Amino acid sequence: MNKKTTQIKIDKEKCKGCLLCLKVCPKQNVLERSKDLNKRGAQFIVIKHADECTGCALCAIMCPDCAIEIEENK
Amino acid sequence: MNKKFTKPKSMKDVTTHYCSGCGHGIIHRLICEVIDELDVRENTVAIAPVGCAVLAYDYWDFDTMEAAHGRTPAVATAVKRVLPDRLVFTYQGDGDLAAIGTAEIIHAGNRGENFSVIFVNNGVYGMTGGQMAPTTLLGQTTATSQFTRRAEKEGFPLKILEMMAILPGVVYLERTSLYSIKEILQTKKAIKKAFQSQLDKKGFSMVEVISPCPTYWGLSPVKAMERIEKEVVKEYPLGVVKELAG
Amino acid sequence: MKKRYLSTGNEACGEGAIRAGCRFYAGYPITPQNELIAYMSRRMEEVNGIFIQSESELSAINMVFGAAAAGVRAMTSSSSPGISLKQEGISYLAACELPAVIVNVMRGGPGLGNIAPSQSDYFQAVKGGGHGDYRLIVLAPATIQEMFDFTYESFALADKYRIPVMILADGMLGQMMEPLEFDEDIQPSGIVEKPWVMTGAKARPGGSIKSLFLKGDSLEQHNEALQEKYRNITNNEKRSETYKAAGADIIIVSYGTIYRIACSCVDKLRQNGIKAGAFRPITLWPFPSEEIKSTAKKNTQILVVEMSAGQMVEDVRLAIQDDERIKFLGRMGGGIPSEEEIVKEVNRLVGECRRGDPCVLS
Repeated sequence: MNKKTTQIKIDKEKCKGCLLCLKVCPKQNVLERSKDLNKRGAQFIVIKHADECTGCALCAIMCPDCAIEIEENK
Repeated sequence: MNKKFTKPKSMKDVTTHYCSGCGHGIIHRLICEVIDELDVRENTVAIAPVGCAVLAYDYWDFDTMEAAHGRTPAVATAVKRVLPDRLVFTYQGDGDLAAIGTAEIIHAGNRGENFSVIFVNNGVYGMTGGQMAPTTLLGQTTATSQFTRRAEKEGFPLKILEMMAILPGVVYLERTSLYSIKEILQTKKAIKKAFQSQLDKKGFSMVEVISPCPTYWGLSPVKAMERIEKEVVKEYPLGVVKELAG
Repeated sequence: MKKRYLSTGNEACGEGAIRAGCRFYAGYPITPQNELIAYMSRRMEEVNGIFIQSESELSAINMVFGAAAAGVRAMTSSSSPGISLKQEGISYLAACELPAVIVNVMRGGPGLGNIAPSQSDYFQAVKGGGHGDYRLIVLAPATIQEMFDFTYESFALADKYRIPVMILADGMLGQMMEPLEFDEDIQPSGIVEKPWVMTGAKARPGGSIKSLFLKGDSLEQHNEALQEKYRNITNNEKRSETYKAAGADIIIVSYGTIYRIACSCVDKLRQNGIKAGAFRPITLWPFPSEEIKSTAKKNTQILVVEMSAGQMVEDVRLAIQDDERIKFLGRMGGGIPSEEEIVKEVNRLVGECRRGDPCVLS
């Protein structure tokens, strides 16, 4: 998966800031907590280093709120 | 751009009312993924409990009824008997199933009713404010076990699956969890197996999912998942409790 | 020496029971009375009483049956849907003449309803939600203080007449907080001998507590005895309260927290020159029929206000026997009648009969 074919999309309003995605991300540097709050007052997740993401989707599998989508350009 | 991972079709595109890090959200999605994969969305009738998941019909895009507290298996029995070719499942918490609905779940299993049960065991009553449940662990503090749960006063954590296993009409029982990707995928596999066994008309099936309740365990979502891994699964061992062949 | 607390109604109710010598409580979580079961789980331990969170409300009432039959002052509490589950057990308590206290912190119904306050369980409480000819003494508190006082008094009433007593509180009383005062060394009152308890037939023939009466007309005779008890209670235990009712042109009849709203409406109406008064039953059963009749004499108008589709209004009609004078204003599903709504309705009623034309809120 060397060529960048996948892309993470985070719905910041759906995210409740539970940080479970950070717990399971194998790369640990792709996502981070944002400083701002969404409408519900949650510190949502933002992308830190998109290029380190391998598109494995573990974060999306763990996410309780369907806040993460992985897109793939074929 | 096509989607490698996205919300299942059977799931409505809404934000849920569940607390941050609650396991209900994950289990809801897994059920919808299985229903999409089995392609039975239009053939499914679910029965939601009274408890945190009482609003499940706001999140699932398939027919869902709301039963009186604990009476979910009774409602499901009738629905499945009347509509034998539909996929019928109940979604129940530990208060709904293991407390007020104990009689209902045991007799539905004993009659071998051909529906599936998704039993969410998070060890407390969430909706009403974190009271002790039959599945609360010994030594766990809750709103109604403020001196921790003690065997001599509050009895022992109830093992529903192990109890149901002795009933001949019960064909498939598995306990899974959510604390890791592996466990989440195992939960999805178990749900699919339960639904498939129902579609194959084998009899009563139930999947118990050990789920976190960060709010009333007084832990962060990450710590709650760790508590399951380190503590809860010791009392509630994961794995297949019963699987009748054929 | 009196001490003042800031307390929720749920906790005031719990403490009232503890101070009345209640030493057995079985309950189940349901909003809006969760604070009561949590409070009892702690307080019963502190006073060496017995607390059980049962698997359902249905089993909780049957646990209270056992505790009462064993001679202990026993209580359970719940909210509307849970109280429905207890009806069979309540009928058995009444049939077996067992003293017990049942607290219902009412919520919006029917069905799962909501967790807003309501008074739509009036019929269930006073007309008998369970089977058979039976009655419960039903007390309707309006304040946090009364949640303590009425619960405390209910145990003495239950023991005196060997009857289940229900505290019927509207939902807001459960979680609302108000000052609460009681004598620190208050002791249980109305302690009576209970020769009938089941504690083991030591040097006496085995006794029984049961409600099966198969032989001949034994059940009819048993019912006669119950009715005699109910007549006795009706003659002795009616309680009600009035506010500026003397000589009033119109009486607002309500109970529970709505009475507090009615009283402020009376003050507002009197400022606008309308002679209004208020009446509230404190015992919903036995219903204070004579008292309401003497309060709202011949040509006095009556406006009954309830958080329901109109249930107590029927007992008012039965007492007054003059439907013409009785009007009803209600809010359902957890809605709370506001002062404005009540004042507007009174103006309309008084305006209608005084000037004959529809009245506009002044």
